[in-house]
Amino acid sequence: MSKENILNAIRRGLKRGPLPDDQAMGLRARLAGHPRHLIPARSRVSRPEQIALFIRNIEKEFGSVARVADFAAIPDAVAAYLAARNLPTDFAIAPHPELADIPWDTRPLLQRRPGRAQPSDLVSLQHGYAAIAETGTLMLPAAPERPTTLNLLSDTFLVVLRASRVVGAYEEAWDLLRAESPTQPGGGFMPRNVMLVTGPSRSADIESTLELGAHGPRRLHVLLVDDDPAALG
Amino acid sequence: MLATSPAFKQNVKGALADASLQKALAFTRPSFAGKRTAAVAALPEFEQLRDVGRDIKNHVLANLDFYLETWSANVEKSGGIVHWCSTADDARAAVLAICQKAGAKTVTKGKSMISEELAINDHLEKHGIEPVETDLGEYILQLRKEPPSHIIAPAFHLNREDWEESFRASHTDLPEDRVFGERRDILTEARKKLREKFLAADVGITGANFLIAETGSSVIVTNEGNGDLTQTLPRVHIVLASIEKVIPTLEDACTFLRLLARSATGQDMSVYTTFSTGARRPADLDGPEEYHVVLIDNGRTGMIGTEFQEMLRCIRCAACMNHCPVYFTVGGHSYGWVYPGPMGSVLTPALIGVDKAGHLPNASTFCGKCESVCPVKIPLPKLMRHWREREFERHLAPQGMRSNLAIWAWFAKRPQLYRMATGLAARLLSWLGRGKGRVASLPFAAGWTAGRDLPTPEGETFFARYARAQREGKL
Repeated sequence: MSKENILNAIRRGLKRGPLPDDQAMGLRARLAGHPRHLIPARSRVSRPEQIALFIRNIEKEFGSVARVADFAAIPDAVAAYLAARNLPTDFAIAPHPELADIPWDTRPLLQRRPGRAQPSDLVSLQHGYAAIAETGTLMLPAAPERPTTLNLLSDTFLVVLRASRVVGAYEEAWDLLRAESPTQPGGGFMPRNVMLVTGPSRSADIESTLELGAHGPRRLHVLLVDDDPAALG
Repeated sequence: MLATSPAFKQNVKGALADASLQKALAFTRPSFAGKRTAAVAALPEFEQLRDVGRDIKNHVLANLDFYLETWSANVEKSGGIVHWCSTADDARAAVLAICQKAGAKTVTKGKSMISEELAINDHLEKHGIEPVETDLGEYILQLRKEPPSHIIAPAFHLNREDWEESFRASHTDLPEDRVFGERRDILTEARKKLREKFLAADVGITGANFLIAETGSSVIVTNEGNGDLTQTLPRVHIVLASIEKVIPTLEDACTFLRLLARSATGQDMSVYTTFSTGARRPADLDGPEEYHVVLIDNGRTGMIGTEFQEMLRCIRCAACMNHCPVYFTVGGHSYGWVYPGPMGSVLTPALIGVDKAGHLPNASTFCGKCESVCPVKIPLPKLMRHWREREFERHLAPQGMRSNLAIWAWFAKRPQLYRMATGLAARLLSWLGRGKGRVASLPFAAGWTAGRDLPTPEGETFFARYARAQREGKL
């Protein structure tokens, strides 16, 4: 049995048998408590500054952000972004209730196809679960209403995100997921897949020179909905 | 992967004479180091984070059996399957069995160094399954049948003309008169070609940067998105991971994510950091239906409890090689196996034997730069020195080196004689280099002076100067 072989080889190296119960209890307590370690001070700032840091970091990583006042303003913002770049107005969209509630009929030219992305999709629109100001990172956990392929297959990747869901550090985003994620088969909280996305896809494999849009999206654009009064500076 | 490490000296001669390689090395060296320096300077807590990272890894290694069992139980709870493999043979057999059971014809692969250790591509091909590397760098290396020369920038030794030539030779279905005006054209062609492969693949194989015990997750960190397409689109996802990748919690992962990209590419965070946990849930619209982890030892348990245990903290960021004067002189292929640079010089002898890889820990100037940039503070020079000692103890070092060391040791054990002899040598060298402070050639050291001058002492040994300073009350 390879499993026993490996575990025994580890124990031989550590010069002990299986961990005594009291020590194993200590480790189980560490897992259950999942203590935080040092968190950099850069994200420990006021709400308006956190939002500003998030936007700065997204832009530093070659993404872009448009702040909109509310969900009703999203169709105009999407149409303006696509038109300015001569992009098609049909797109795959996450079948998320928050996105379905947007008054899309104000912009009848925008053709939405709710569901997962298809390889032929040039534009996709995802529901942003949360974001991390520290590095301008989006947290996108897989769910029936948030298919993973939307993050990957298109050329232009749009994300609708509430400003109230922008946190400072990674640890805070995990706290949200731990608290809110539905219990999964098997009892855990982790969805099948959680992507942390920081900017559009890129590669520096050709002559150590950065090119955007390697296999995933070439453009990342965040539509940031100002739903958090405390975040308006 | 077949090791050419025993032929290190011949490899180096070839590398030094390879103008194209030397061009790529010279071009890349300043940017690798410069990007890390800038990213680290922008995070004041970076030094403290290195201590935290080191301590977490030490904690894991001291309890590795517990964390692996916990992780494995959580993988299975979330619907995944763990295949424990002691050897590379076991791991190859496990991967092949999964692929055959899935009826796989094509397998896409994300970048994974452990897959190079297993030489999994050759094994799959031998059994009629087509493996396709999807990381851009790995893709062109597969077309050229070359091994990677760097653990995170596998093809940086190639120039644009090499890419164009390989694409024209391999993508024969595309018009011959197409133009590669800029790098973008190369990228676009690769993207199109690989999209077809992603969609056709039956199985996707990725590596793992971390395994999370608490949740039973595997984590990959990439910039291209190829790893994510690899693990999202095919029906079956296989993760290849070695045992030391496990860490306890998501909070522990946060610390390593703050260290990893800054140390590797000088990014604050890589573009895609993805946590995979089990297979597709009943209501999910995408994702693989099977999730397997092939967990591999392949020699690592033999390092636990030895002076090399600290090497198992390594998170494969490549900072050590990116700052290594030897690596940037000889390139990655010279090292002759999967892992080049300082981390390879410590790990390779442990995994394939010091008898085969003994040259590697000797190919170091011991400048210490690698240790100073290591995000988990692995004392790489010290570990290389341990290999030199083992090599000497096992009588693997060449006779000439052994007798010279014996002569030195005879003097070193007789302090008065040693000081007299070194004092004499210092005066003699100083006289030889008079005026210039260096000599262009020395008897018995022609090999050394052929490439550079030897700086000469000023005429006094350190001991003598120290004693004089003490006498004069300056200390």
